[in-house]
Amino acid sequence: MNLKHWLPGILVLASVSAFAVAAQQNSAPITPAAKTATAAKPADQQQDEGQRVFDQNCSRCHTAPDGFSPRISGTVVRHMRVRASLSQHEEEQLLHFLNP
Amino acid sequence: MLGSAFSLKHRSAANAIRYLGFALVAVAITHYGSAQDTPLISGGVGFFTSTNGGNTIYYPVNEPLLAAPLGQHVLVESRAALIETFAPNDGNQPGYDHTHFIGLTYLQGDYVASRHFTIVGGDYLIPFNTYNERLSPIWIGNFQDGPLVAALGVLSSGSGLGGMLRGNAIARNKYSIDYAWFYSTRSGNEQFKTQRGSGGRASLYLPEQRLEMGLSYDRLLQGTHENFYGAHLWWEPKETAFRLRSEFARGHHAQGYWVEADYRTQAFGGLDSVIGRFEPVFRMQQTFRRDTIVSDGLPLVNTQRADFGLDYNLPHNTRILTSYARQFSSTGNHNVWETGIVYRFLFPAWKGK
Repeated sequence: MNLKHWLPGILVLASVSAFAVAAQQNSAPITPAAKTATAAKPADQQQDEGQRVFDQNCSRCHTAPDGFSPRISGTVVRHMRVRASLSQHEEEQLLHFLNP
Repeated sequence: MLGSAFSLKHRSAANAIRYLGFALVAVAITHYGSAQDTPLISGGVGFFTSTNGGNTIYYPVNEPLLAAPLGQHVLVESRAALIETFAPNDGNQPGYDHTHFIGLTYLQGDYVASRHFTIVGGDYLIPFNTYNERLSPIWIGNFQDGPLVAALGVLSSGSGLGGMLRGNAIARNKYSIDYAWFYSTRSGNEQFKTQRGSGGRASLYLPEQRLEMGLSYDRLLQGTHENFYGAHLWWEPKETAFRLRSEFARGHHAQGYWVEADYRTQAFGGLDSVIGRFEPVFRMQQTFRRDTIVSDGLPLVNTQRADFGLDYNLPHNTRILTSYARQFSSTGNHNVWETGIVYRFLFPAWKGK
């Protein structure tokens, strides 16, 4: 395989990476909790930990839904445990985050 | 997304609904120990248009998802796709022709056996690279079309019938490793048409860098035994709404890659401002044939494609997707214009007390 065939991909990768670095330096922090209607503001360390789990796992693939019934929060978390391969500890933190 | 949806096994509407009905009944008769464990119905409904080389089609899509916990360790989940496609009649004939498709995308049971092991049984999505499992739902993908190379390594149908072991092998503050390993049997059943094969994926995630990288491998164990290799790299820099996703896949007869980037600015009042809801998206992809034997769903000749999209994230879980793509190959270049609107729903399966 000739290297020139891969050149467009390499250039794209390099350009978007440079763009991301620039964006990272110029951006304000995201507040995902505000996007999750069922999640209150972090009140303690456990809540922060739950938000970290949400940011690092759920948000990797999709944005948070605007809101959902607390009656399904356990089901949502178990679904995420399987899909995102969460550890047991992360599952507990996420459930607490969704039900502070 | 359409390509992905049409790659699903063709199954009869009656049987698909029957299986979903069985699953719903099974969970309905189960006692739930926690008020948070009510079964849920989620998914997305959308209306899309696609103009490929001057030919326009219109297709409403409904992708419902059911997830129902049983006791403390089991989850039953299923996703289906219902698609109606309308295309203008050939020649000078007035009106539109239409076709419909209904099929189960997957129907699986998950048993959370321990901190590190989850056992999956049933008809599951093949864990090869990331697109098939994580980005194919219409309410997640940034483009209507899946990447060309997403057809590699997923045993033709995108799902396997058998068992899978998956979970989080190591979870530390600075890194985590997860894995998935599956074995799929061969099945000619109308509902669960799958191929015999085995393989898996391992991923390393670095939370401080927000960097994920992984390797995938699977092997077709029927007919000509073929190996498939995959690698993915995702980067979502901390405190930005920028995402970079990429995959490489190599099959017996073809290989290719895609790189996708999307961004939402927070500079004009945050992500939920009028400006912050815009989401420019770009994807570059190339496929290369290794020989002239075509058995993998990739283009017959080397192909390059660039997609430029502009999505808009409306309130109430609704997204507008628009994109323009230019595809280049020795058989001819053409444009692909696509527009669509998707609504994501998520609610309990039945009314609470």
